[in-house]
Amino acid sequence: MTDTTVLELVSPSALLKSEPVEMVVVPGTDGNFGVLPRHAPMISTIRPGVIEIYEGGKVSERIFVAGGVAEVNPERCTILAEEAVAVSDIKADEAQAALVAAEADLQAASTAHETANAEHALKVARARIAALKN
Amino acid sequence: MANLKELRSRIASVKSTKKITSAMKMVAASKLRRAQDAAESARPYADRMGTMLGRLAAAVGGAQGAPKLMAGTGKDDVHLLIIFTADRGLCGGFNASIVKATRIKVRALKAAGKTVKLVCVGRKGADALKREFGDDIVARYSGIEGKKGIDFSEASKVAEKILALFDNGEFDICTVFYNKFVSAISQTVTEQQLVPFAAASVETDATETGTSAIYEYEPSEEAILADLLPRNVGVQIFGAMLESSASEHGARMSAMDNATRNAGDMIDNLSIVYNRSRQAQITNELIEIISGAEAL
Repeated sequence: MTDTTVLELVSPSALLKSEPVEMVVVPGTDGNFGVLPRHAPMISTIRPGVIEIYEGGKVSERIFVAGGVAEVNPERCTILAEEAVAVSDIKADEAQAALVAAEADLQAASTAHETANAEHALKVARARIAALKN
Repeated sequence: MANLKELRSRIASVKSTKKITSAMKMVAASKLRRAQDAAESARPYADRMGTMLGRLAAAVGGAQGAPKLMAGTGKDDVHLLIIFTADRGLCGGFNASIVKATRIKVRALKAAGKTVKLVCVGRKGADALKREFGDDIVARYSGIEGKKGIDFSEASKVAEKILALFDNGEFDICTVFYNKFVSAISQTVTEQQLVPFAAASVETDATETGTSAIYEYEPSEEAILADLLPRNVGVQIFGAMLESSASEHGARMSAMDNATRNAGDMIDNLSIVYNRSRQAQITNELIEIISGAEAL
């Protein structure tokens, strides 16, 4: 039996995934990191990007997350995601529309708070499109 | 005799009321199941968020750099209360109990010389409170619950508003009032402090991993905390919304169940009265006929 670590992917409205995986690559704020079994405990924030689940040395599943936090300990990797969608479920035109809307919001933003929000939305939209491309 | 006709129409109207209340009960029951499911599936996120924050809070400790959302502003002059009620009535004491609890709290705070601001989620709460505290209501939300239940984006909207208020220094302490779902027939009014964040004491990891895990943080503890705390506000509000909606449907279900039963009792009583007076009328007529025949 191969060595596995438990991946838990949780969004605010549901526990999306809780299953043993061989390796998972998480897009941390300070760079991607791979989580293998018996990883040293750590907590990291996540930037908008793609979580890659490895099975048998190959990527078996790609899930887009719009940010969140990950907690890793030797047996499990818990990801609290704001929003999570399988990359295969992203629709190109919708992603493009979200990007255009985010750009428009940034233009229209008047307060610092709105600007910050719009910048975040723009980052998410860009990452979503990038996720589709590769 | 007009009385009989009156009784008949009375019975008919109670019957149709009964139909309506029993239909509302069915609707509430099915919505309750959905709301309960939603509340349950949201729990893992809140739980893990809680443990993670507890761990971080322990790591940062009482350090100077702790974010304001956790450390507080150092004052308690301005209180912000968030009140979760339903948009609609006909759900027993659901809205009234929350409003009552809020009123007591607001009066106590005002008597202590504090300033109070209110955020009302749900139309009924705002309607009930606006007469006494109309000037204190800073924001109100309604139509939270859509066709498919409650979306997290609704909670984020409220959370954003609250964080914006906090950033502008418009309040020091934030408390939420909502009905916590206990069972379909019982809900308890719950008061929970949201800001500053009160870290729940975390049980140490020793049982879980065998070692008292020392976590690495990427980026720093403070940065993660600064990122997590605002998010936690959203999660807490979302949780309160879900609890409140499950409670609302539970309360409505039992209220409508009672109403249906009362309508049934009323129909029974009215039918007895109706039958009796009909019988009395018949007897009366018979007596008249017999005494008329005897007189001949």
